[in-house]
Order: sequence, then structure tokens, then C-alpha cells
Amino acid sequence: MGDIPRGNRPLSPHLQVYRLPISAVTSIMNRITGHAMLAGVILIVWWLVAAVTSDHAFGWADWVMRSWFGFLVLALSMWALWFHFLAGIRHFFYDAGHMLEIDEGQKSSWAIIWGSVILTLISLLLFFLA
Amino acid sequence: MRYITPLKAARGTGAAGPSTGTLHHWVLTVTSVALAILTPAFLLVMSRAVGLPREGVLAYFSKPYPAIVTALFLIVGMYHFVKGTRNMIDDYLSHTERKVAIIFSEIFAWAVIAAAGYALARMALTAVIV
Repeated sequence: MGDIPRGNRPLSPHLQVYRLPISAVTSIMNRITGHAMLAGVILIVWWLVAAVTSDHAFGWADWVMRSWFGFLVLALSMWALWFHFLAGIRHFFYDAGHMLEIDEGQKSSWAIIWGSVILTLISLLLFFLA
Repeated sequence: MRYITPLKAARGTGAAGPSTGTLHHWVLTVTSVALAILTPAFLLVMSRAVGLPREGVLAYFSKPYPAIVTALFLIVGMYHFVKGTRNMIDDYLSHTERKVAIIFSEIFAWAVIAAAGYALARMALTAVIV
């Protein structure tokens, strides 16, 4: 194969211009969100351990938790959690043999994207009201 | 000496067999159902806990419902994390890198479970029961 002159032809699919279908985007986002929400878990567990350690330790952890940085980590982790939640529920349907057609995959992808945003906004409201 | 061909010896031992790949997928399925139930409960617990002073946090997690929901979410969540991360490691890494990544993901998950379990146990068991 290697010695056949192939000229300067593009690779297929041409990776620089290949636009991932929306179902592929939500598929890889499921893996990314599942790992990224670990930031929120680490922050919460640190905060819990600090609470049983000392006033000083809790002061630090609570300050980080309630700073703009902590808010960013918690809010993004919450969105990641809801995204992963909805994408995981779609996998139950996949496993049962449903929603496997292309148009169904596209519709459910958009439902996951908008659903995760809406659920995150509702959760944030609860966080500030509760 | 066993008079069987190498193919016969290898059959049924792969990832599709009853004990490795299938079990891995099943564990991810069972834990994701549990986490789907726990997710709203955990977010509600956290929305009440974040923002409390230290004494408030200690008192809140000494109650059965917040303590059990948080413990379940973090323990089942980290177990689900180990299984999900293993999928990613198997996809992207091989040889020694793969082994190192699997070992450290397991160690990390158990460290998080131990830290969260310790903090929650301290808060639950030091409470004055009236």
C-alpha cells in the first residue's frame, strides 16, 4: 500500500473540515461531562472533611466554595451532572433498542442539550432560594 | 497435555463473555439507575447545606436523610466513575500507560470514598441523639 503513488489527495473524512453530527457531539460530551464533574465532587468532599477538621480548615474550604471560583466549579459541575443524567437516561432507551434512528438521535441530542440547561437553571434557583 | 486447539481454549474468555465486558456494562447500568434517583435528592441536600455556618453544616449532616443521601451519592458515584473511566482508559490508552491509569483511577476513587465516608461518619456519630 505504501509504495502506491497517491498524489496530494485529501484524507477521508477530511478531519479539519469534518463537522461532527450533533449526536456525535452529545456522545463525546457525555464522556467529558462524566469526568469533568469530578471537580465538583472534589470541592464538596474537601468541604465536608474540612467541616469535621477545624474552624480554620472549614473557613478556607467554605471561602473557596462560596467564592466566584467555587460558584463556577459548582455551577458547571451541576450542568455536567444534568447533562450526564439526561444522556445516561438516553442510554437506557438505546439498550432497550429504542431511539436508534438518525432523526431520533438528533432530536434526543437537542433535548439533552436544552434539558440540561433548563434543569441547571432550575437547580441554581433552588440553590439560592432554599 | 490438553488436546484442544488454541481457538477452543480462547473461546468464551473475551470481553463478550459472561464475566467481564457484560458485567462491566451491567454494573454501569445498575449504578446509573441508582444515581438517576439520587441526583435530585443530592442536589436538594447540597442546596440546603451550602451557605450554612460550620455548626449548621455539622448539625445538618448529622440527620439521617442528608447523611445517607450524600454517602450513597458519593460512594455509588465514585464506583460508577471507576467503571466509566475504565471505558475511557481502554479506548485511549494501552500497555503500561493503561495499567497505570486504571490503578490510579481506582486508588483515587477509593480515597474520595474514604474521605467522604470519614467526614459523614464523624458528623453522624458525634451528634447528640435526643
